[in-house]
Amino acid sequence: MKPFTYERADSPAAAAAAAARNPGSRFIAGGTNLLDLMKLQIETPPHLVDVTGLKLDRIDKTDDGGLRIGALVRNTDLAADDRVRRDYGVLSRALLAGASGQLRNMATTAGNLLQRTRCPYFYDTNMPCNKRTPGSGCSAIGGYSRQLAVVGSSGSCIATHPSDMAVAMRALDAMVETVRSDGSTRTIPIADFHRLPGETPHIDTNLAPAELITAVTLPKPLGGKHIYKKVRDRASYAFALISVAAVIGKDGKGRVTIGGVAHKPWRVDAADAQLPQGAKATAQALFADAKPTKDNAYKIPLVERTLGVVLAQAGAKS
Amino acid sequence: MASELEITRRGVLAGGAATAAMATTNPARAQMTNQTTPPPTVPVTLDVNGTSHTLNLDTRTSLLDALREHIKLTGTKKGCDQGQCGACTVLVDGKRINSCLTLAVMQQGKRIQTVEGLGTPDSLHPMQAAFVKHDGYQCGYCTPGQICSAVAVIAEIRAGIPSHVTPDLTAKPQLADAEIRERMSGNICRCGAYSNIVEAITEVAGAKA
Ligand SMILES: Cc1cc2nc3c(=O)[nH]c(=O)nc-3n(C[C@H](O)[C@H](O)[C@H](O)COP(=O)(O)OP(=O)(O)OC[C@H]3O[C@@H](n4cnc5c(N)ncnc54)[C@H](O)[C@@H]3O)c2cc1C
Ligand code: SF4
Repeated sequence: MKPFTYERADSPAAAAAAAARNPGSRFIAGGTNLLDLMKLQIETPPHLVDVTGLKLDRIDKTDDGGLRIGALVRNTDLAADDRVRRDYGVLSRALLAGASGQLRNMATTAGNLLQRTRCPYFYDTNMPCNKRTPGSGCSAIGGYSRQLAVVGSSGSCIATHPSDMAVAMRALDAMVETVRSDGSTRTIPIADFHRLPGETPHIDTNLAPAELITAVTLPKPLGGKHIYKKVRDRASYAFALISVAAVIGKDGKGRVTIGGVAHKPWRVDAADAQLPQGAKATAQALFADAKPTKDNAYKIPLVERTLGVVLAQAGAKS
Repeated sequence: MASELEITRRGVLAGGAATAAMATTNPARAQMTNQTTPPPTVPVTLDVNGTSHTLNLDTRTSLLDALREHIKLTGTKKGCDQGQCGACTVLVDGKRINSCLTLAVMQQGKRIQTVEGLGTPDSLHPMQAAFVKHDGYQCGYCTPGQICSAVAVIAEIRAGIPSHVTPDLTAKPQLADAEIRERMSGNICRCGAYSNIVEAITEVAGAKA
């Protein structure tokens, strides 16, 4: 690990200002992704701003009947919250399908959204990777790509976003609230939060440097059946090969977001519209523009079949 | 052609500041040896098993390294050092975490409990005794982490925290075999003592129910 200086921030605006004063610095929350990457010298911040004392660890009702989840709420606490279990089951289920009990006790809402890809070449500092070292090339294209993206990728990067929680947040149309170093705040719809790789795969999200996430809000409860189905190489404690987050109404209408297939949680309006027609039609709309590799083409039929299981479980046409 | 590639790669790897010799070594390590200023340190007070320890630590020190290398409590083990194996599991304010993925300086003021704080050889914690009775280990390396995790798992189920295998999210989770297995999945045992570990945990959970 590279040496770094450390400070604790005492307000969200002060944290953003501290990060702005120290170019290249990072906020640290649970530390479960950042410290891992720092040990491998994939991340080398010269300064850390500890945000765990910011008291952003509450879950409150919003005026319009939704929930405001503080950026520092731990994954365990979010998954176990009675309101989340009752009204946003897909979110509880997605969180509980991720990582381990120990990691969920540390991982935070904001940190989870901002975790970086698990592309094996991103982790191997001996290999070219445009996400880690812009302009060095992409080892995954033509390389080992079994876990990587089938849709929305570019000639620069075919990485996937590894978060389970973010997939459920996308299905729920969550909003990300932030504060910048000048004290100004803004709200980013989750659909616009993560980016596709394009020519700049080293930029994962539309957050500005030193911009701090303060909360994630959920709209008022949607009703319907909430299902999160994750397919992975072992039954527990593994990242998704693919996952399906769905909220399905009695009439078979609803919304669906796919994890493990793209650089961001993958949701397509035209696919939501196809849900009453069943899994095949929905999958066709989701992957109309897919460009799988030889190694990961299996993900497309896997999503279709998993969608079939999810729709059957919801009591809708599968 | 080949030499052109060589130069580009070197430039990329070492940020343009390396010598030819460094191009073949780990660039990060090469830069460490070049370091002239000592790394930043911070004063840290840690409450471990009820004893307060005041240390002056390199900011990079993980809680795990602080426990093992500075406080000399070597019960907590370093396995992967990447949060994947669970050997470093300790309890902080009663909750289990991977001590390898947190900085010691971030745990100031928290109540840290390691396997040494659960019981002593003369007075074992019920979970330690159950691991002995049920042969919940072979080589023993993962055992302190397994035991800390197991103690927390029972508390988590009792507190009503759901898991991936909890059938109904709105109901209280049960102290069932499947629940224990899922919740213990963050602790890897290379000897494969899993079934005996589940038996040990089940006995302790039942005895206290
Ligand atoms: C072995 C292992 C297995 C895992 N398995 C899974 C899995 O199956 N599914 C899954 O979804 N995840 C998995 N994870 C990833 C885990 O969920 C993330 O590491 C965790 O959610 C990150 O949260 P954190 O609070 O620890 O983030 P940190 O590591 O503290 O931070 C991550 C990033 O977010 C930034 N950040 C943190 N807080 C803020 C803020 N408030 N505002 C702006 N920036 C901020 C940091 O600067 C950093 O860049 C796994 C991790 C490990 C180590
Ligand atoms: S897919 Fe993206 S993360 Fe993986 S090697 Fe290519 S550029 Fe790097």
